[in-house]
Amino acid sequence: MGLIHEVDYGTPESQAEKQVTLIVDGKPVTVPEGTSIMRASMEAGVEIPKLCATDMLDSFGSCRICLVEIEGRNGTPASCTTPVSEGMVVHTRTERLDAIRKGVMELYVSDHPSGWNEERGTGLSEFDKVATEVGLEENRYGLDGRNHVAPGNGSLNIDYLVRDESNPYFTYDASQCIVCSRCVRACEDVQGTFALTIEGRGFESRIVAGMSENFVESECVSCGACVQACPTDALREKTVLEHGMPERSVVTTCAYCGVGCSFKAEMKGDEVLRMMPYKGGDANHGHSCVKGRFAYGYATHRDRILKPMIREKISDPWREVSWEEALAHTASEFRRIQHQYGRTAVGGITSSRCTNEETYLVQKLVRQGFGNNNVDTCARVCHSPTGYGLGQSYGTSAGTQDFDSVEESDVIVVIGANPTDAHPVFGSRMKQRLREGARLIVIDPRRTDLVRSPHVKADYHLALRPGTNVALLTTLAHVIVTEGLVDEQFVRERCEWDAFQDWAGFVADEANSPEVVSSYIGVPAEDIRGAARLYATGGNGAIYYGLGVTEHSQGSTAVMAIANLAMATGNIGRRGVGVNPLRGQNNVQGSCDMGSFPHELPGYRHISGDATRAIYEELWGVKLDNEPGLRIPNMLDAAVDGSFRGLYVQGEDILQSDPDTHHVAAGLAAMECVVVQDLFLNETANYAHVFLPGSTFLEKDGTFTNAERRINRVRKVMEPKARYADWEATQELARALGLDWNYTHPSQIMDEIAATTPSFANVSYELLEKMGSVQWPCNDSAPEGTPIMHVDGFVRGKGRFIRTEYVATDEKTGPRFPLLLTTGRILSQYNVGAQTRRTENVVWHDEDRLEIHPHDAEQRGIRSGDWVRVASRAGETTLRALITDRVSPGVVYTTFHHPLTQANVVTTDYSDWATNCPEYKVTAVQVAPSNGPSDWQVEYEEQARRSRRIAPLAAE
Amino acid sequence: MVMQSAGTGIEAQVASIVDGMKGMEGPLLPILHEVQKEFGYVPQDALPVIASGLNLSRAEVYGVVSFYHDYRKEPAGRHVLKVCQAESCQSMGSDDVAARLRQALGIDFHQTTPDGRVTLEPVYCLGMCACSPAAMLDGEVIGRIDADKVDEIVAEVRA
Repeated sequence: MGLIHEVDYGTPESQAEKQVTLIVDGKPVTVPEGTSIMRASMEAGVEIPKLCATDMLDSFGSCRICLVEIEGRNGTPASCTTPVSEGMVVHTRTERLDAIRKGVMELYVSDHPSGWNEERGTGLSEFDKVATEVGLEENRYGLDGRNHVAPGNGSLNIDYLVRDESNPYFTYDASQCIVCSRCVRACEDVQGTFALTIEGRGFESRIVAGMSENFVESECVSCGACVQACPTDALREKTVLEHGMPERSVVTTCAYCGVGCSFKAEMKGDEVLRMMPYKGGDANHGHSCVKGRFAYGYATHRDRILKPMIREKISDPWREVSWEEALAHTASEFRRIQHQYGRTAVGGITSSRCTNEETYLVQKLVRQGFGNNNVDTCARVCHSPTGYGLGQSYGTSAGTQDFDSVEESDVIVVIGANPTDAHPVFGSRMKQRLREGARLIVIDPRRTDLVRSPHVKADYHLALRPGTNVALLTTLAHVIVTEGLVDEQFVRERCEWDAFQDWAGFVADEANSPEVVSSYIGVPAEDIRGAARLYATGGNGAIYYGLGVTEHSQGSTAVMAIANLAMATGNIGRRGVGVNPLRGQNNVQGSCDMGSFPHELPGYRHISGDATRAIYEELWGVKLDNEPGLRIPNMLDAAVDGSFRGLYVQGEDILQSDPDTHHVAAGLAAMECVVVQDLFLNETANYAHVFLPGSTFLEKDGTFTNAERRINRVRKVMEPKARYADWEATQELARALGLDWNYTHPSQIMDEIAATTPSFANVSYELLEKMGSVQWPCNDSAPEGTPIMHVDGFVRGKGRFIRTEYVATDEKTGPRFPLLLTTGRILSQYNVGAQTRRTENVVWHDEDRLEIHPHDAEQRGIRSGDWVRVASRAGETTLRALITDRVSPGVVYTTFHHPLTQANVVTTDYSDWATNCPEYKVTAVQVAPSNGPSDWQVEYEEQARRSRRIAPLAAE
Repeated sequence: MVMQSAGTGIEAQVASIVDGMKGMEGPLLPILHEVQKEFGYVPQDALPVIASGLNLSRAEVYGVVSFYHDYRKEPAGRHVLKVCQAESCQSMGSDDVAARLRQALGIDFHQTTPDGRVTLEPVYCLGMCACSPAAMLDGEVIGRIDADKVDEIVAEVRA
């Protein structure tokens, strides 16, 4: 297995329809009009040497290496900037061209370490290859005089810059740089951060970050696009400098957010040297963020637990045991509990971090092995309202578009989502479209980077009070209906007309007018009207939303309100429009698809459906309960009541990620057998009796489904460090429970899913191998998958408008708790941080901070950096303050990446009326100066420390 | 971004310049000129303020400022003397002129005398090739510089 080599065509693909035929070095080739000679040559199989060109970037024409001769034209034009024309005859290798190329390379090396015969860098960069290719042998210019390469020949050389090692993952060595601008262009065009520039001019010009700052202090977000673009060793991964170039690679899928980027895991031996974004990945097209590209170090972190462990009581230290013992112990405990307390006294939680196949097995274990429906998943706490809301309105629980669709959007509406931090690769795509002129409406209590950052500015930022989404969305609908902006033709053809009329009458009520609503949502009425008109009339309108919509007591209502807006304006069923939930985790879409909810079998089919149950009853040979099982919060309630005693948790840290930590802790503590399967001793494991070591995405085969319903392959690049991949461990547990499971490869699990689930009917590993990825539904009516949904009609038949009455949350501010706390993510960290905190990403974010408006801070005598106490009705915690006007007065904000912060000690157990999705985004709090960690935090630290003890393997 | 602290005087002044001019078409260069006029140079602290005002990155503003030699990183002396070092002047002895000036003023190119009277700079063509070697003192061109003119210039900037 070698290194996968992706062809670099040098310039981007032309989208023109007209074809042009030309001859390159005697070979005829036909390409779309507008293609560069360089790209056409590559397609003809003739590679023209190049330095400043790469097909991720527009051509630039600065390196003067890619010159060609064209019959009938003078000179030697650059092939990257010269478009093809009909009948053109191109020569890429002539004596004249060889001499020019050699001459140019010789000039380059006259100010480059390779001219010094000094081994620096890898010796294997594109630059080194071109030098070899042109047959460069000498440097007649000598090595004296001004240069950028060495700190002076006896004199202090001001042109020399010391190597910048500040970024934890890559170095910048200006002496290797040929100032081709590829990094600057990648930062601007691909990533959209504009952190790099060329300083000075002429001989003095060189690449710098920010205002000639070191990388880590500059505006750089460490996405690595510049490193990927660099044709020399000037920008280079530290791992590669240390260990040399990788030797083999495997295409797989990132295990961080719901964008689902494809990567080549590039390896040397059994070690990952770097994760290189895969250009063939349809979700990311060769781009990445700091997490996916660099933050994989957790996979080999010393904190990983590689042996199963058990203990009698959670106050005991852990005892390392064999897999056999751990599994037998678990099985006998679960059987004992079921015998003693009833069949429904146990349950399982599937993970959005694991593969579809693993998730499917866990729900199968619960339904077939435990004989109940007590299975739930972490989507409960994030996108369950999406499932419910979109299911009600459109008939299916998923985003309507593929990511590429954004390229045709004219008006982008971002609601309660922060894509540049939480879905960075898609955020960059969105910013590209915004720079091309698309308009932007941001609905968020906080001023996210999208509202205003270099070259991006929202036309409207509706900074509403947390908790008032439904009121705002309904008043937007009021404007659309009362100002006659409804796309009546679409509604009449595609939607239930009666339901529409009922809804239109409801939203048109004066009580829903911006002038009335603005008083309690904190957004000026004219902004509401402006935004509504823009969305309704600005062309293709696309809505992207996140947890700022769902994690509310009216989360499901808000999702339906969004669905209403899209239907009323006809923004559904074609490219550039749609309703798109930005999924938080790599496989949250997939874990929902796989029947992880207590009321649903795979493919969102209700458990009460006799026909669906029959399929599984026959296959699994058991009788399935036709009543939904317990949701996570119900399991915890039942545990406190004593009727629920055993839980199998795969890859989720409910103690840290679920609301009202005290309640979760009490529920877990009341159980008799808590089995945690994870990479690390997570916070939930503090209350566990059995710990089964988990495997990372690098250690298994499987599939993840991203936010655009795209099923991507995950491929094993190394053996499981703890013997079993997660699906194997679940299978072993099932066997210990007496089930006859004999999967030898995850593809067989996918086959079972396909055979039983209509929307996955044609999915198979062979198909994924062939197509790279596929978007469900994938069946006989859509054999190659479905990039855009609801094209000719809604899945449910006709779209359904649903009244969305605003009901204020019970979580209200008052004299004791006057501020509203809302939560979110930051770019460099991921969710509860179990992975990213175990990487160098902590350089950028080593603690959670409380963002507070200067006005609120001043009233309380708080300065930036002070410890503050945040207290709600549920609990209190302390963290340090960050004073900023990103949040409005009356609103405070924090991230939840660090366990010591325990932001969820503060959040309440209010939840969505339909799905129990917790109301993370609204908590009434008071903030006061503090001396340091709260009593709870100190106690918790101590409890966590004690519960993580592992008994030494003493002689018995 | 962290809220800007109450800020130095520079930041407040630059912010008001940016506010007044950001509606212009292509406002960056005129703003930088105005800042240089106000302070005599373009202070580093001004760049983030300009960047944020124009919705550009710091890197972009820095790239522009560093491209143009006329934007100063620090205040110049009371007089600014630019000596042409381009081809025509070189062939007519500008190296020698520069050497004499350096010696007489006791500073190198890009430096300012300790008493703040004069800053010496190279320039690459003043369009005075017919009168080489040429120089520019405080915006006024001087042609056909010889030893006497060097003395004259030195006397004037020292006055």
